[in-house]
Amino acid sequence: MNYTPHTGDEVRKMLSEIGAGSMLELFSDIPENMRPASFNIPEGKSEFEVLRHLQELSSKNSASLTNFIGAGFYSHYIPAAVDAISSLPEFYTAYTPYQAEASQGWLQAIYEYQTSICGMTDMDVSNASLYDGGTALYEACMTAVRANGRKKILVDAGVNIIYWTMIKCYTSNLSLEMVKVPVRDMRTDKENICRQMDEKTSAIILQNPNFFGCADDFSDIIEIAHKKGILVIMSVYPVSLGILKTPGEMGADIAVGEGQSLGIPLSFGGPYLGFMASKKELVRKMPGRIIGRTLDRNGKESYVMTLQAREQHIRREKATSNICSNEALCALRAVAYLSLLGKKGIRDLALINLDKAAFAKEILEKIPGVIKVGEPPFFNEFPVLLSRNADEVVHSMIARGYIPGLPLGRFYKGMDNHLLVAVTEKRTKEEIVKFAESLEAVLCN
Amino acid sequence: MQLIFEKSRPGRTGFKIQKKDVPATAKLPENLMRKTDTGLPEVSELDVIRHFSGLANMNFCVDTNFYPLGSCTMKYNPKFTEKAADFEGFREVHPLLPQLMGGGVLTQGCLEILYNMEMLLNEITGMDAFTMQPLAGAHGELTGAMIIAAYHKSRKNNKKYVLVPDSSHGTNPASAAIAGFDVIVIPSDKDGVMDINEYGKHLGEDVAGVMLTCPNTLGILNPRVKEICEMGHKAGALMYYDGANLNAILGKMRPGDVGFDIVHLNLHKTFATPHGGGGPGAGPVGVKEHLAEFMPISKVVRRTDGTFCLDYNYPKSIGYIAPFYGNFGVIVKAYAYLLMLGKSGLIDAAEKAVLNANYVRAKLDGFYKLPYNRKCMHECVFSAEKQKSNGVSALDIAKYLISRGFHPPTVYFPLIVKEALMIEPTETESKETIDRFIDAMKDAAELAEKDPGIFAKMPDNTPVQKPDEVKAARDLDIRWRG
Repeated sequence: MNYTPHTGDEVRKMLSEIGAGSMLELFSDIPENMRPASFNIPEGKSEFEVLRHLQELSSKNSASLTNFIGAGFYSHYIPAAVDAISSLPEFYTAYTPYQAEASQGWLQAIYEYQTSICGMTDMDVSNASLYDGGTALYEACMTAVRANGRKKILVDAGVNIIYWTMIKCYTSNLSLEMVKVPVRDMRTDKENICRQMDEKTSAIILQNPNFFGCADDFSDIIEIAHKKGILVIMSVYPVSLGILKTPGEMGADIAVGEGQSLGIPLSFGGPYLGFMASKKELVRKMPGRIIGRTLDRNGKESYVMTLQAREQHIRREKATSNICSNEALCALRAVAYLSLLGKKGIRDLALINLDKAAFAKEILEKIPGVIKVGEPPFFNEFPVLLSRNADEVVHSMIARGYIPGLPLGRFYKGMDNHLLVAVTEKRTKEEIVKFAESLEAVLCN
Repeated sequence: MQLIFEKSRPGRTGFKIQKKDVPATAKLPENLMRKTDTGLPEVSELDVIRHFSGLANMNFCVDTNFYPLGSCTMKYNPKFTEKAADFEGFREVHPLLPQLMGGGVLTQGCLEILYNMEMLLNEITGMDAFTMQPLAGAHGELTGAMIIAAYHKSRKNNKKYVLVPDSSHGTNPASAAIAGFDVIVIPSDKDGVMDINEYGKHLGEDVAGVMLTCPNTLGILNPRVKEICEMGHKAGALMYYDGANLNAILGKMRPGDVGFDIVHLNLHKTFATPHGGGGPGAGPVGVKEHLAEFMPISKVVRRTDGTFCLDYNYPKSIGYIAPFYGNFGVIVKAYAYLLMLGKSGLIDAAEKAVLNANYVRAKLDGFYKLPYNRKCMHECVFSAEKQKSNGVSALDIAKYLISRGFHPPTVYFPLIVKEALMIEPTETESKETIDRFIDAMKDAAELAEKDPGIFAKMPDNTPVQKPDEVKAARDLDIRWRG
C-alpha cells in the first residue's frame, strides 16, 4: 500500500493540465548519467505482514526484566492519560506553529510547558524544548559563553558521563577549553572547583543528584562563582525536584536536564526531551523556540513564537543555535504528566522514590558480598561496592530476570566492582526483597 | 482558553500515587530540601483531558487540514506505525541494556531494526554507511559538518570555509558554524540554481565542504549537480547532501551515485513519521566508505552468527552525538513505513508528489508570479509580488487561506524570492483536495485585485486573529505567574 489516492484517469488529466506527455517527462531534469545505479528495495507488504514482523522483532527484546538501572534514564509509571493526550492527531500530526492562528492549541500548550519547567526548577524563563539532556547541556555552555564572552568551562565529574562525552564532541571544533574536575569519593570536590575558577572561566557545570546518585547543596560554590563573574549551569533530574532543593533556590543561572522521567517511555534511547530554563537576563541568549503571550487585534489573549531573531531561519550562521525541529510532542507529554500529578503528586512521587531507595539500601547493606553502600544523602539511586566484578554479577542477575544496575566499570577505570542501583516507585517491597535475595545468591555463589 | 493553572482548585488531583509499602522513611538534611512551591496545577484527570482536547481543537493538522507547508513534507502519517512503535518490546527497553554483559541478547530486536534501517537507507541513497543517531534534520547537518571537519583534520588539511547557495535552509550555515567553519554564500543564477561560475570562483583550496539541497528549496533539480560534485572534489572539498527534499527523487536519483559524500535524511519528512508539532524528528546521516571511520559511535554490527551488537572501536570517530542510538521510537515508525511501501511504493510516492506540485504550478501560473518558470519537483515557489503591488502580501494570503481551512504554504522562504509562497502538496493528497486549494488561491488573487482591503480582516473565523508579535517580543510574557 502506498497512500496515494490518484486514479489512472486523474493522473492523465493532471499530466495534461501540466502539459506533460508522461510521468517520466516530469523527471527529465535528471539526465541519464544521474539515474540510480540500483534501487534494490524489497517490494511492499500489507499492514498485517509488517506489524507481524515488527511484533516478532519486539518480542526478541526483553521488556519483562525487573529494572534497577537508571544512570539518568528512569523507568517511572506513565499515566494512561499522557498517552491519550499525545495521541491526539491535532497535536501529533501538526508541525511547528509558524502560523499562530492555526496553532493556538500548540502554542498555549508550550507556554504551559514553559511555565511548568520554570516552576519545577525555580527559574524565570524556559524555552520550548531541546533534543535531550546532553544537547541541552551543550546549548547551556554556549549560552554562557555568549553571555560573558569567556571560553573556559569547568565540568564537575559528577555530571552524567554520557553528557560529558557528548559536550566534548560538540565543542571539539570550537575554541573552548573544557576542564573536567574529578570527584572525591563520588562527591563534588568543591574546593578543587573553587581553586580552578579563574578570570577565563565562563561557567561551571554541576549535576544534582550527581551521576552517582548523591544529592548536594551547591549554594556555597555558586555564590563564589558569581563573585568571579562565572555562570552556573545545573543539570537536574526533574522528578527529584519534587523534594530536592532547586537550581533556582541554590542560585544557578541555567537549569537543564533530561525530561524523559516526566511521562516519556524509555523507548531504547529516544525520543527524549531536553529542557532548559534560565534567569531572565539570559533569555535573549537562549537557543530554540520560545513561546510568548500577547494580545490579538481584538484584544484577546493569544500566543506566538517570539524572540525569533535569535533563530537560524532568521540569523543563519549567527544564530544562537542550529536547532529547528525540537521535541515538542515530548514536551506536551511532560506538561500533561506534570498537570496530572500536580503540586501534591510530584512531591508524593519524589518522596516514595526516596523511601524505596532508602529501603533497598538498608537491605542491600546486609548482604554478605556487599562491601559497602555509598553514604546518603541520595535521592533514588546509589552506588554499591561488591565483592566481585560487577559486570559478571550483572550477567548472572540478567539471567535471573533483573537489570540490577549499571556497572560503573563500564565508564570508570578502577570501579569494576561498583554497581549503580536505581529504585523508582515502580519497584514493590516484594520485588526489592527478592532482588536482594537473588543478589545474595549470585554474590555468594 | 484559560490556562491549566487557572483551572486549579486546591486539593484536587489527577493522579494517585500508590501507598508506600516499605517501612523506611528517609530523612534528607533540611538544607537539601526544596522550600518553594512548584506552582503545578491541582486538577482532575478529566480537567486535564478536557483542557488538552480543547487545545487540540485549536490546531490545524494533517489529519484535519490540507497542510502544504513547503520544505516540510507534511504527508499523511499512517496509523499502524504508531501502533508498532508502542509495542512493549520497543517502548519499555532501557537503552543501557545492550551495553551490559548479557544484555545484548535481550535487545536483538531493537538492534536488528537499526541495522535493517541502515541497509535500507544505504540502498535508497547510494551511500555505504548510515548512523541513525542524529535526532533531527539540523542535528544530522551538524553531524555531517563535524564529519567534514574530522576528515580534513585527519589529513592535516587547513580548510575553513563551507559553501552554501543563497537558497539554502538557515540550518545549513548555522550547523556549519558550530562545526567551526566560516560560511560563504553562493548566489543563484537566473534559472534558480546555484550559479556555477560564482561557485567555481569561490571553490579554492580553503573550502572544506559544499552543502546542497537537491532538489533545492525552489523545488528545482539542478541537472548539473554531478558536475558540481566533480568540481568540489577536484578542489578537495567534501560534498554534503541536505536530504530535506529527498521525497522528490526516491528511486529516481541517488545522492551517492551523483557524487555526494555525506547525506542527511529527515525521517519525519520523507518517511512519514509524524511531525509532532515540531518534533521529535530523526535525521540519520549516511556517508561513503572513505568517511565511515569518522561516524559517531556506537555502530550496530552484525556478527557472523547473524546476531547484532554495538561496536565502539572507531578511534577516529567524531564521538557521541546522541546519548544512545537515535530517536528509536521515530526510527521504528519510518522502518514500518518503508516496509509497507517497498520499492514500487517509494517510487510512486516520488512520482505523485512531483505530479501534485506541478499540477499546482500549472494551474496557478498566471494568477501568481512564478519567479522561475520551469518544471518543478515536489514543491513550487510562487511570488505574491503582483498582489503586493495592491498592498496584499504573502502573509495576507496565508491568513486568508487559514480562513478557508487550509494550512498556508511556507511564506518568505526561500529568502531569494520576494513575497515567497512555497507550496508542497505531497503525494498523499487527492486531486479534489488540491483543486479546492487551487480555487482558494485563485479567489485570493482575484480579491487582491478587486477588494484588497478585505485581507486586513483575515483570518476572520479563528480563535484568535493577528496576534501582536511586536508586543510579544517587547512585553515579554513567556511563563504564567498567576
